[in-house]
Amino acid sequence: MTKNILETRDVTKVYESGNLVVKAVDGVSISVGAGEFIGLVGPSGSGKTTMLAMLAGLLNATEGQLNIDGQDLNQMNDVQRTRFRREKIGFTFQANNLVPYLTALENVELMLRLNKKNGREGRQRAADLLTRLGMDDRLNNLPKQLSGGQQQRVAIARALIHNPSVVLADEPTASLDTERANQVVQIFADLIHEQNKAGIMVTHDLRMCKYVDKVIQMVDGKVARVITERAAIDTLAGTSQFDTLSVPKMEDQFQNQPLIIPNPSTFVPVRIGAD
Amino acid sequence: MAFYLSIKEIWRNKGRFFLFSLVIALITFLVLFTAGLGEGLASANKEYLEKIDAQVLVFQEDTDYSTIESRLEYDVLRNVRRWDGISDVGAIGFSNTTLVFQDGIEPIDASLVGIEPGKPGSPPAFQGEPIRTKQGKVVVIDQRIAKQAGVEVGDMLTLKSTQGTDDEFYQLKVAGISGGQQYFFQPSIFVSLQVWDDVRPKANVENNGGPIIPNILAVKLDDPTALESMSNFLEERVDGIEVTDIETAYKSAPGYAAQQNTLNTQKGFTFLIGILVIGGFFQIQTLQKVPQIGMLKAIGTSNHIVANAAVLQIIFVTLFGVALGGLSTLGLAMGLPAGIPVLFTGTSILTALAALLLIGPVGGMVSIRSALKVEPLTALGM
Repeated sequence: MTKNILETRDVTKVYESGNLVVKAVDGVSISVGAGEFIGLVGPSGSGKTTMLAMLAGLLNATEGQLNIDGQDLNQMNDVQRTRFRREKIGFTFQANNLVPYLTALENVELMLRLNKKNGREGRQRAADLLTRLGMDDRLNNLPKQLSGGQQQRVAIARALIHNPSVVLADEPTASLDTERANQVVQIFADLIHEQNKAGIMVTHDLRMCKYVDKVIQMVDGKVARVITERAAIDTLAGTSQFDTLSVPKMEDQFQNQPLIIPNPSTFVPVRIGAD
Repeated sequence: MAFYLSIKEIWRNKGRFFLFSLVIALITFLVLFTAGLGEGLASANKEYLEKIDAQVLVFQEDTDYSTIESRLEYDVLRNVRRWDGISDVGAIGFSNTTLVFQDGIEPIDASLVGIEPGKPGSPPAFQGEPIRTKQGKVVVIDQRIAKQAGVEVGDMLTLKSTQGTDDEFYQLKVAGISGGQQYFFQPSIFVSLQVWDDVRPKANVENNGGPIIPNILAVKLDDPTALESMSNFLEERVDGIEVTDIETAYKSAPGYAAQQNTLNTQKGFTFLIGILVIGGFFQIQTLQKVPQIGMLKAIGTSNHIVANAAVLQIIFVTLFGVALGGLSTLGLAMGLPAGIPVLFTGTSILTALAALLLIGPVGGMVSIRSALKVEPLTALGM
């Protein structure tokens, strides 16, 4: 059994505004092992992005534990969390991923500079990683000279170059066409497996789930179900393969679940609020 | 890291930052030029008085330190000179004259200053020699006149002076050339008090032959630090005088304070505009960069690095702009015609430059605060 790098226990995030109390995340317990790539899916407002933000140390949980490499993020102060993000987390975003005035190579090197690990060897590693991602002829291009897919590949390289424990991706394919989206997530998955990282990708595009090892579906701030069976994941990812131009809404896909998931036993039920 | 980020951003956006540096350069130019103008105008008013080798000036009582209104009898000179603690006293008379030239050279209006040879108030000559005798028909001229009219030591100078209702012309030999010695916005020529009394314009020529009435006395003290006590002492012991230090004297000149206050207000407003322009530019830039700053923070860049990068960027841009503006002002100053009263002294320029370098960080403070307050989650729309 692989060692869990990331573990959360009963994580809750409550937003209060006057008399209004909203539970964005409600008692979520998940775990991700080394070399495991998770797809975090769910409809808008299901709490998946809030969960990702807490895992990235960008947001404090109201309750619960968020352990990465044995350290509880919820017990850290701002300075410690900033340092933790720099050293232990790799992050790609939906947009605005790159520093516009740094070249592709410099953007990747940025993480090494932040961690004071830059130098000739670091630069070579960054160049090698970008080459591996098919960016060898774009090393010295500025982000504005790169396509959306190329920018995401640079962001992936930046997320991995400093050897983090956990790699997080927030909607990495949101602004990409299908072909490029597939390329990017495929590369992402390969590198996570190869480098034994714990990877979590938040996505609305279920087709991208074919590259993950486990799908966690969130609804209304809670984990609705966890899909681990390969066939079930592939089926989920394939629901929209006949209509790549309009991906059905997540709610619609799960409403049709008995028709498209061959073996209901592959779903692992999660009791809300249970340990 | 902060240095790396700030330099990279400036370098990759050279055009934008250069244009902004040009704005700072123009502000610098305006501030330095105003400072130079203030200094030049002040100097045109005080240059001679400031250079007098004395600590206090004696005026007629109730004349508000006005060199033109003050009239002192020769008795006063004797009375002031006799006290212990007084090193030396020189009587000075002020008037105006016009220098006329041949060969189509334009006449020059000048301050005609009568001095006692070898006494306080007598200017040194860097070329030729100072006035040595009371009766000699010689003159020491301000270097501006020498330059403007091409006059040299040994040349004869013609003074036009109105005596009663007639214009009279006097010929004096140039004994020496002094440094800048402007007084009352005109270059000065120096003669002995006796010659001054002969050639100065007079409304009534019948007064000729009476006692010489100088305007003020320049008093050199044994102890230059005892300025205030000696001033009080003289005012108590000698009737009909008021005594003050040289700075108070030239600041009391008519229009001096109003002129300097106007220019200082102008300079102050230019600084204020500078702060607002720099503040505005960096604030807009920070607002445009909110997602980028949010992303940098999200990947683990500390607030410390973000703030330092912003401060360094402001410093670099301000430094470059101020240097550019300073050099342009220097270039202009070298090409300015002699008549324009612009003077760049080390102190005024250094003060203005220091203030200009400060307005960058002061103006950019709001933008730095904004950068620090960027929340990664909000900035990235998560």
